[in-house]
Amino acid sequence: MEPLLAIMAGFLFASGLYLMLRRNYVRVVIGLILISNAANLVIFTMGRLARGNPPLVATGETMPAEGFANPLPQALILTAIVIGFGLLAFALVLAYRAYRELGTVDVDAMRVAEPPYPGEKTVSGTPDQEEA
Amino acid sequence: MGVLISLLIGCVVAFAAPLLNRAAGSRAGVILALLPLGLTAYFATFVPRIAAEGALRQSIAWVPALNVNLSFYVDGLSVLFALIISGVGFFIVLYGSGYLKGHRDLGRFYLAVTLFMVSMLGVVLADNIITLFVFWELTSFTSYLLIGFNHEQERARKAALQALLVTGTGGLALLGGLILMAFVGGSYEISELLNQGEVLREHGLYTAILILVLAGCFTKSAQFPFHFWLPAAMEAPTPVSAYLHSATMVKAGVYLMARLHPALGGTDLWILLLAGFGAATMVIGSWLALCHSDLKRILAYTTVMGLGTLTMLLGIGQTEYAVVAVAVFTLAHSLYKGALFMVAGSIDHEAGTRDVGEVGGLRKAMPITAAAALVAALSMAGIVPFFGFIAKEFVYEAALAAGSLPRLLLALAILANVAGVAAAGIVALKPFYGPVRTTPKHPHEAPIAMWAGPVVLALLGLLFGLAPGLIAAPLINPVAGAIAGAPVSVELVLWHGFTPVLGMSLMTLALGIGVFFLWNTWRESRFARGFNRAFGVAPENAYFRTIDGMLWIAHWQTRIFQSGYLRHYLTTVIGVTAFAVGFTLLSRHGLVLPGGWSAITFYEWTLAGIMAAGALVAVFARSRVTMVVAIGAVGFSVALIYLANSAPDLSITQIMVETLTVVLFALVLIHLPSLRPVESRASRLRDAAVATALGAAVTLVMLTVLTEPISPHLTEYFGAHSYVTAHGRNIVNVILVDFRALDTLGEIVVLGIAGLGVFALVKLRAKKRRDGGADV
Repeated sequence: MEPLLAIMAGFLFASGLYLMLRRNYVRVVIGLILISNAANLVIFTMGRLARGNPPLVATGETMPAEGFANPLPQALILTAIVIGFGLLAFALVLAYRAYRELGTVDVDAMRVAEPPYPGEKTVSGTPDQEEA
Repeated sequence: MGVLISLLIGCVVAFAAPLLNRAAGSRAGVILALLPLGLTAYFATFVPRIAAEGALRQSIAWVPALNVNLSFYVDGLSVLFALIISGVGFFIVLYGSGYLKGHRDLGRFYLAVTLFMVSMLGVVLADNIITLFVFWELTSFTSYLLIGFNHEQERARKAALQALLVTGTGGLALLGGLILMAFVGGSYEISELLNQGEVLREHGLYTAILILVLAGCFTKSAQFPFHFWLPAAMEAPTPVSAYLHSATMVKAGVYLMARLHPALGGTDLWILLLAGFGAATMVIGSWLALCHSDLKRILAYTTVMGLGTLTMLLGIGQTEYAVVAVAVFTLAHSLYKGALFMVAGSIDHEAGTRDVGEVGGLRKAMPITAAAALVAALSMAGIVPFFGFIAKEFVYEAALAAGSLPRLLLALAILANVAGVAAAGIVALKPFYGPVRTTPKHPHEAPIAMWAGPVVLALLGLLFGLAPGLIAAPLINPVAGAIAGAPVSVELVLWHGFTPVLGMSLMTLALGIGVFFLWNTWRESRFARGFNRAFGVAPENAYFRTIDGMLWIAHWQTRIFQSGYLRHYLTTVIGVTAFAVGFTLLSRHGLVLPGGWSAITFYEWTLAGIMAAGALVAVFARSRVTMVVAIGAVGFSVALIYLANSAPDLSITQIMVETLTVVLFALVLIHLPSLRPVESRASRLRDAAVATALGAAVTLVMLTVLTEPISPHLTEYFGAHSYVTAHGRNIVNVILVDFRALDTLGEIVVLGIAGLGVFALVKLRAKKRRDGGADV
């Protein structure tokens, strides 16, 4: 399973990065979700996989069964999933607020922090209209 | 110790000067002048000691771990320069107090000029090369403040910046050269490096060292083609020009070349560079002087000529005549040029103009200044019995005794000195003799503070000419010895008898007087204008073009790298990361693929397929609903992967979060516009390429890591201690709430902050904005 997951993680990364490079901010957020998942898969795979042997200590035992799954990556990923969700919530609401304030979700048109250079050609068409 | 303390006292006095100026008023100049006077007396005590005992060395550890020490080396060469710096400094402080009397920034002048004096003394006394460099840069820095003293004027600011950039660039090269020299010679102390001459000259890095050091010296000492900053720096008040641009700072480069002559000098490259650039600077400077009618510009260009002469002499270097000529000419030049600059300033101050064409007949109004000017100019023209005569004789003798091309060097020296004689006449005679002209101000004799300097300096020129024996043995010989690197003993005499050199002196004088009378014709001739354009204006224009070019490049690269588009920054980051990771991995490790492909089961392939399909749909979806469904498919597939690989907790969490995500998306997306793609095909292809590159890099790194064994240490530790120590049966939970509880606390804090942020974004409104203020 590990080599396949390595390929899948790379694939998710590539898809997520491509989306993060879009002008539409909603696509950027979607890309963020894909990258979060991909990063979790990287950690999970690098800790190596074990089938059917979760890191639990059976009743009456003091040690888990031999060959139990690596618990540390799981703990890290658990944290990462929750924080990833926090980030996603913030990013999505930011999209909402940015649209309310600036009237666009086109990141190229958001030039408040770095205003265009004198004489620079700026973005005119914004992807604002609802598709028919 | 003594040298360091004297410099420290100078620093303290410098910073106290503005306060003193406020407290003591017009007497402040006289009080402050006591400092350079005291320093002159102090350095004069070294003269007999050095003549008797040789060089002295004082050292205090500063940063010993880096070989940086406050060490000072006092020999004949240092003392000559120290005496010039502090002696002329005394008159300059006095002169400045008269010249800038009542100026609201007089306190700032005192501060900068005193600090400059201390820095300059540091340069000529330092033994440690880092200490030397620090003082060297301090002179550039204080000269920036002094040239830009009239900072309300754009020209002054420009000239100050120009001098700073030119000498500062050279300074950086110098630092490189000095460090290389220390590296090759094995010491940071100049006094020790002087004994490493053989090693330095035969090392492979010699050429690099020499060129870097000379870049520093040539820019500082205004050698062609860097000479343009010196005339431009005449924007400075005249006391500054008289001090920095005739007697001291511009001679720092000459000092360093003379100082390092025993270590670096004598090679073919040294002779070629110094004699070549020096002779060129000498001739170009002298004749450029005659292309101008501004007294200070004329003097500035003749200073360029003097600096060129000194550089040329150091290039010849190997003969006794040359090293003595350097010593004598340095002293003579400082005396007459300092005096003449002050005279020019007095004319400007009293008559309101310093253009030779606009003043005349000032002799009656300013008799003392006129007399001082005459005496100084006679020395500059090299007329018996002035000290300048001895200096010129030695220059000619040195040129004649040069190892290569002596006749050419002599011819060039004569050519330059003819112009020098004419320039001396123009500066000292034209303003004071001839018909009286009406000037912007009604001229009076300058106050004593302003004529004391020119008179004393000019008279010293006469005294040393009449009785050269006064300084020959105690001062000139040790200086020449320090430059040559071996003891030198010459007798200075005024009258050599009827030698060929005397004939050349007479010829120079005759030709110079002829040029003096033809000056106006020459200055207005097409040749002179072309000469000024080619050698005066063109190098300065090259400087301006360089600065403009640098600004253009800065602007261009800022536009490229700081485009203001988030996507461009991200593309750069992704591209660079992909390249750095992928290149390092493949070049260091090669491509190694792990086994275990056959162990992948059918349902695992299926999950991977669903995930890939979901990601592809997310990338290409045009509808928001499709997109949410697609990322849902990816998220739930990941949850199933967790479940299949013994991570039930992850799976549960992932499923909950995915559900919440879909809800959140649905809530927000209603308010947002749709996803019509707007990017061009080219930019999509480019983005796909960069994204694929980093994705591939991630996969490659993972595959490579999978070929290495994993350390079981932590896994075993948590397994063994989860129940026994922490009394928990779910090891993942135990790690979260027990072993790594602080991490979990941090996670909760992050979530809390994100929640606050979400609340703020949804609920809070900036007060001034209208509700829903979409006003772009």
